[in-house]
Amino acid sequence: MGEMEQLRKEAESLKDEITAARKAVQDLTLQDHVAGTAVVGRVQLKTRKTLRGHLSKIYAVHWGDSKLCVSASQDGKLIVWDSYTTNKVHAIPLKSSWVMTCAYAPSGNMVACGGLDNMCSIYNLKGKDGNVKVMRELAAHTGYLSCCRFLNDNEIITSSGDCTCVLWDIETGSQKTVFAGHLGDCMSLGVAPDFNTFISGACDFTAKLWDIRDGQCRQTFGGHESDINAIGFFPNGNAVITGSDDASCKLYDLRSDQELITYQDSGIMCGVTSLAPSLSGRLILAGYDDFNCNIWDSLKAERVGVLSGHDNRVSCIGVTPDGMACCTGSWDSFLKIWN
Amino acid sequence: MSSNSNLTTMKRTVEQLKLEASVDRIKVSQAAADLQQYCLQNASKDALLVGVPAASNPFREPRSCALL
Repeated sequence: MGEMEQLRKEAESLKDEITAARKAVQDLTLQDHVAGTAVVGRVQLKTRKTLRGHLSKIYAVHWGDSKLCVSASQDGKLIVWDSYTTNKVHAIPLKSSWVMTCAYAPSGNMVACGGLDNMCSIYNLKGKDGNVKVMRELAAHTGYLSCCRFLNDNEIITSSGDCTCVLWDIETGSQKTVFAGHLGDCMSLGVAPDFNTFISGACDFTAKLWDIRDGQCRQTFGGHESDINAIGFFPNGNAVITGSDDASCKLYDLRSDQELITYQDSGIMCGVTSLAPSLSGRLILAGYDDFNCNIWDSLKAERVGVLSGHDNRVSCIGVTPDGMACCTGSWDSFLKIWN
Repeated sequence: MSSNSNLTTMKRTVEQLKLEASVDRIKVSQAAADLQQYCLQNASKDALLVGVPAASNPFREPRSCALL
C-alpha cells in the first residue's frame, strides 16, 4: 500500500474515532434536558433609534461600549455613532470603498476595517490634533478581509477569503501567527470572552476553534450544508453559535465537542447573514437575507420574535456589552437600535 | 514535486485529526445543564429578554414632568 493510501486510511479512521467519541458522551440531548423548561414568552422589540447617514449598503457594525458603535458602508465611510443621541462622533473616509468589516477596539482608542483591498486598516480615534488618521495598514492576506476583531490596542485578528486567519502586531504591522486549516474562504470570526481562543466560520461549511497563543486548531465542527457566514461565542465562552447559507443556525458545545441544537424552520429558506446572542445567551438574534431578523429561544430552538423594519437584507447585528439593546445594519443604508 | 506536497498536506491533515481526536469531552448532560444554568442565572439582567422600564432605558426620550 502506498504511503498516500495509508495516510488516507488513517485519516478516515481518525474521523470515525472522533464521531464515535462524540456519540459516547451523548448521554442526553439538549432537547431532553430542557424538555421541562417553558419557551420564553414572545419577545417584541421596538426600534428606538434609526441611525441615518450612510449613502449605500451597510456591511458591518460593531459596538465599542454600550453607547458608541462603528459601522462600515460601501459608500466608503466608517461612521462612529453615539447611539443614545444618534450623533455622528466621527465620519472617516476610506481609501477603498469596498469595505466588508469593521471593529472597535475594547479600549475605545481605535477602529479597524477592511474588505476587497485585502488589507486591515487601523485608525487612531484619539490622535493629538483630533483628526482621525490611518495608523497602520496590515497587508499580507491574498484574499478579501471578511472580519477583524481587536484583542487589545496592539493585537488584532483578521479572517480572509484566502482561507486563513491572522494575528497581527499592530505596532510593527507584522503577522505574529497565521491560522491555516480551513479549506474555504473564512467569513467570520469571534474572540472568546477570556481572549485565549477564537472561532472562525468558513465556506468549507465548518467552524474551527483556535488557540491564539500556540496557533493550533483545537476543534473542528461540521454539520452545516453550506457556507457559514456568521459566528459568535455563547456569553459564557463554552459554546459557539454559527449562521449559514443553509438557512439554519447551530449551537456547538466546546467541552462536549459537538453540535447540541439547530435553529431552523421550514418557513425560512434564505441564508443567515449575521447573529448575536443576548446577554444571558437565552436569545439568539439572527439576521437573514429576507430583510428580517429572527429571535430564537436558544435552549428550546423556537422562534420567539421577529425584528422587521428594514427594506433590504440585514447584513449585520450586534448586542451592546451591557445587553441593553441590539443594533441591526442593513443594505437599506440604515442602522436601527432595538430594545 | 506535487506528489511530495500532497504527501506533506496529507501528513499534516492526519496530525491535525490526531490532535482533534484526543480532546477531552464532557457528557452532553453536563454541558446542557451548564448552558441552561448560565441562562437562568443571568436572565434578570438580560434587557432584551425581560424588558427595560422606560425610565431607565437610555434609548428612550425621558418624559419631562411639568410642575404647575
